Amino acid sequence: MTALLTCEAVTRVFDGLIANKDISVEIRQGEIVGLIGPNGAGKSTLFNLIAGSFPVTSGRIAFDGRDITGLPAAARCHAGIARTFQVPRSFDSMSVLENVIVGALVRYPKARSARIKALETLDYVGLTGRTARPAGDLTPPERRRLEIARALATEPKLLLLDEVLTGLTPAESRSGVELVRRIRDSGITIVMVEHVMEVVMPLVDRAIVLHLGEVLAEGRPSDIVRDPAVIGAYLGDRHRAA
Amino acid sequence: MTGPMVSSEMTAFRRGRLRELALAGVLVIAAATVPLFVRDAYSMNVLILTLLYAALSQSWNILSGYCGQISLGHALYFGLGAYTTSLLYVHYGVLPWIGLAAGGALAALVALALGAMCFRLAGHYFTIATIVIAEIGLTLIHNWDYAGAAMGIQWPFGPDSWATLQFARDKTPYFHFVLGLFAVTWLATWLIEESRWGYWWRAVKDNADAAESLGVTIFSSKMMAAAISAFFTAVGGGFYAAFLSYIDPDSVMSFRLSLLMALPAVIGGIGTLWGPVIGAVVLIPMTEVTRSYIGGSGAGTDLIVYGGLIMVIALARPEGLLSLLPRLSAGKTP
Repeated sequence: MTALLTCEAVTRVFDGLIANKDISVEIRQGEIVGLIGPNGAGKSTLFNLIAGSFPVTSGRIAFDGRDITGLPAAARCHAGIARTFQVPRSFDSMSVLENVIVGALVRYPKARSARIKALETLDYVGLTGRTARPAGDLTPPERRRLEIARALATEPKLLLLDEVLTGLTPAESRSGVELVRRIRDSGITIVMVEHVMEVVMPLVDRAIVLHLGEVLAEGRPSDIVRDPAVIGAYLGDRHRAA
Repeated sequence: MTGPMVSSEMTAFRRGRLRELALAGVLVIAAATVPLFVRDAYSMNVLILTLLYAALSQSWNILSGYCGQISLGHALYFGLGAYTTSLLYVHYGVLPWIGLAAGGALAALVALALGAMCFRLAGHYFTIATIVIAEIGLTLIHNWDYAGAAMGIQWPFGPDSWATLQFARDKTPYFHFVLGLFAVTWLATWLIEESRWGYWWRAVKDNADAAESLGVTIFSSKMMAAAISAFFTAVGGGFYAAFLSYIDPDSVMSFRLSLLMALPAVIGGIGTLWGPVIGAVVLIPMTEVTRSYIGGSGAGTDLIVYGGLIMVIALARPEGLLSLLPRLSAGKTP
């Protein structure tokens, strides 16, 4: 498999605090990668650096064969990177459908074609019955789906999911997992930040564990959960508590 | 999704949009006949001002309502339009029609230049900047001798004519002109609503970070909104100059005007297609009547009315009067 996204020695410093230090990772075409680690490990920072929410302090990011280190967020969306937000950021003065149209307009500049694309996408994520609702009226799990629909409507090559499976009931979580699998099967590469190990480990092809801003371990989920360093840094606390 | 479902949704949406357009067409045609019944000059004056403020507020709404960049300095663009039209006509004999277009273009350019500086400011800071810049413009005009300084500019007297937009006796042509101006601003908004810019502006207003992550370029969205908004505002200013045949700095560039452009949209429903006109129909006759009957020497009475209205709206209907009506626009949320 070829690399879709490559981070080379990516470092981000906030006011002297090193949030990401020398991170070098590769995301391959067609895989689901879990980005995990305890709170403050630097997952969200790395996520935002890939999405272009803020620039790297040093290092290089390449996507789909080109250097995107200097590209702002909007241009990265054009290049094929889409994201969701940990705390859903819907456009609350707009309907659910209109929210998704905003995403679709990147590939379909005509509002009419964007509307068709948005209707199809809403159906794909299972929000068909809610298209006319104001986005602010949705329940929290529906808001997550809306975030995903909006991102999918941009027809990305790489989809970044920020804790979309956190805080759901078991049933909601199962249908969320099913949706993520379906998205991957349609050919979209996925990187997901997630806290809930029980949900994320069976889902991902590969996990990258961050700890204190650095890559602690990387590999198949079954290996990761047995890695003593990972257990010490992260899983260990949970297991002792349980 | 199954094809038929998408296509039925699309048909319903299209029908809703056309219904809205038809409704506006009917209303404009009905309004065009009003001068047949209203003959007295005072009422005609109130009607013309109502439509002018509906058009101005519709223009203001493009930048501040849809794109969420609250400007309280639109008097600057209004003044630019009024002065460009007047100066070109009085000094060079250029017909007001050309003056209106020139004033609009100049205002759009100024809006882009100011936008390049101010759009990095967020929220309230942007609004404060617009107030300050408009005040600077007012002060400059006050001291610019070529533009008549504080004395203003008097248009030459001439025969009634559509070419020079001068109608001394019967004001009906002004009514039809400003009705046309309103119709154009409404139509522009209607078209924008269902365009890439329309969606992008609303996305920028609601959540800039999310918009950016979906490929929206924030800066160019704001610049586009500012230019269109300033253009129409300046055309309104140019019309006002022709209508009064006399302008001075305070009558076309004071802060009060900026407020009067914002209020109808705020009262009627900010960021909506029908809000500005509904707000203007409620607000402008009320303030004009208050001014002439109760006002007298107490020049602040109309301001008390605005203040009272804003308070009532804020308490009872924060989304504006439009939210009282059953969905006017079936097309908006299909």
